[in-house]
Amino acid sequence: MTGRPARLTAGSDALAGSMVAAGCRFFAGYPMTPFTEVLEAMARLLPEAGGVCMNAESEIEAIGMCWGAAATGTRAATGSTGQGLALMQESLAEMTLARLPLVVLHMARGQGDYFQATRGGGHGDYRLPVLAPVDVTEAVEHVALAFEWAERWRTPVLVQGDYYLAHTHRSVALPAPAPLPLPPPWALDGSSGGTGAAKLLSPLGSVKQRDARGAEAGYDLAVHYRACAARTGEMLRTIESRVEAESVEDAELLVIAYGTPAAYVRAAVRDLRAGGMRVGYVRPVTLVPFPYDHIARLARGSRRVAVYENNTGQAVDDVRLAVDGRVPVEFIGELSTDPSGFGVAPDLDVHLIGRRIADLYDRKVTP
Amino acid sequence: MTERRALPVVPTDSPPACAARLVHDFTPGLIEVGAHQLCPGCGEPIAMRTVVEAVAELGLTRSSVAVFGIGCYTAFSNNLDLEVVQALHGRAPSVATGVKRARPELTVVTVQGDGDMVSEGLQEVLHAAARGERITCVMLNNGVLGETGGHMTATTVLGQRTKNTLDGRDAARHGHPIRLATLLAGMEGAVYVARGSVDSGANVRRTKRMVLRALTAQQYGFSFVEVLTMCPTGWFVETTRAPGYLADHHAKVHRVGVLKDEVERVPEGTPAGVPEEGE
Ligand code: SF4
Repeated sequence: MTGRPARLTAGSDALAGSMVAAGCRFFAGYPMTPFTEVLEAMARLLPEAGGVCMNAESEIEAIGMCWGAAATGTRAATGSTGQGLALMQESLAEMTLARLPLVVLHMARGQGDYFQATRGGGHGDYRLPVLAPVDVTEAVEHVALAFEWAERWRTPVLVQGDYYLAHTHRSVALPAPAPLPLPPPWALDGSSGGTGAAKLLSPLGSVKQRDARGAEAGYDLAVHYRACAARTGEMLRTIESRVEAESVEDAELLVIAYGTPAAYVRAAVRDLRAGGMRVGYVRPVTLVPFPYDHIARLARGSRRVAVYENNTGQAVDDVRLAVDGRVPVEFIGELSTDPSGFGVAPDLDVHLIGRRIADLYDRKVTP
Repeated sequence: MTERRALPVVPTDSPPACAARLVHDFTPGLIEVGAHQLCPGCGEPIAMRTVVEAVAELGLTRSSVAVFGIGCYTAFSNNLDLEVVQALHGRAPSVATGVKRARPELTVVTVQGDGDMVSEGLQEVLHAAARGERITCVMLNNGVLGETGGHMTATTVLGQRTKNTLDGRDAARHGHPIRLATLLAGMEGAVYVARGSVDSGANVRRTKRMVLRALTAQQYGFSFVEVLTMCPTGWFVETTRAPGYLADHHAKVHRVGVLKDEVERVPEGTPAGVPEEGE
């Protein structure tokens, strides 16, 4: 990729820059820490690039605006953090049924939103692909991938970030601007009106009612929902789940972590390895689809699997599904937040994480 | 044996000159033939018709996008020969904003009911108006949530019986109705605001003129037409009495008329927000 030269950049600016480079031309958001700076950067960058950045009056309106822009085939993105994303869930759920692409930057405060991101807080039967970058460099890559998936599968895609991602300065090379894609054939531009085949984009399905089509006339939700489920299934099978793994070959204890805290876990595992402990590190890069098969395979030779997360243990469920009872899975994370009063970032400590891993490593497995 | 009643007899010595036939098709061009399944006597299809006829008459058929809310009229979202985005309850003004900002050359019109626009989505329409968003919002106001079977909305008039105000809406218990057009007329970004009705032929024609004007006005800023429509089902009145009920009760509170028209005063090319200083 012929990117632009690496420069020391704040995470939020890098995220915004990578969205514009990926062809995002519509962004709407409502300020909320730690998403705020992404919005500020988009408000600065998008008009220059010929796009539109809306200071929406709420998260509900932000995603509504994106819905409209996406309907015209414009690459659209929004974002927020936990509570704000909760407000967007109704539209997020419906946009999957309406088959509209969208990139959502979820700049979470801690890691308490794993379920919200991976199960969705919205109603109905749907899944969204979720990417969880470990740092700004990877996030930049994920943004481009998210737009690609969003368009290929006509679905919202979530990039799960956090406070560190937004506020850390990194030396990053932004990708070269991608050429703007032509609007896809389903996109609205008004021109099909009056042709007898005017387009319809609806979460209820897009079958037009006509006398001659008998049973097909009107909305048939059973038909539509089944079609949506079939496409979702195909999407989850086709998108290859991603993992990062280190020192796993002979590992007796496998430690699993995702997102920013994974970098701390990786450092702790390296320290313990240097001390002769046979521990391994695995990071799910895609949270949906979750790398069940990878983890099942890697866990086969180990005595135990540990999950580190800054919450009370949510990804533990997915790891247990992956190992399917063959090895014990233990939670070694904790619910810890910085003292800001907002809990925008978890307290992370490589030594503390290392101690927990070592404690578990030394403990005997009781059958 | 009962006595036979003498019934009138059609004279056969002067039969009609030709057999019965269709002399005129009244279906508007942009409405697909097919059942919409709205109740007989409902005012929404008439209001919908004024909108699509106005779009067609202005030559905007191939350059407009409609955004629909959720209500009985939603049946038309797959029944129109116009490009349609189906939005969620209350959210059409934001969706329309996204369409218009992404494709400013399009004419964008939303259709929502009063439950959708005033109860659930009031914030959206107020902000769209405040921003001077260049869209046209049409609200079909029948004072009830018709699709759910007739429950109170924010525009239900005092004394009106609905399924959850069985003794009539009482200001002390349920608050006062919101007169949305009146509220929007006071907003700087709105250039055209009117309230029409479909209870009579004259009012239907007047409403159509309002919609035509609103669609033209959208190039200068936010425009809005509220249309009072009959909901005999939700009002629990006989179909034939519904227009009278509308005139006697709804139109007394939500008064029909043009509330704001600043289209003439707006010079061509003026950015959204329009009204000049000192106006
Ligand atoms: S319930 Fe009311 S608004 Fe709905 S179709 Fe029937 S008459 Fe019309």
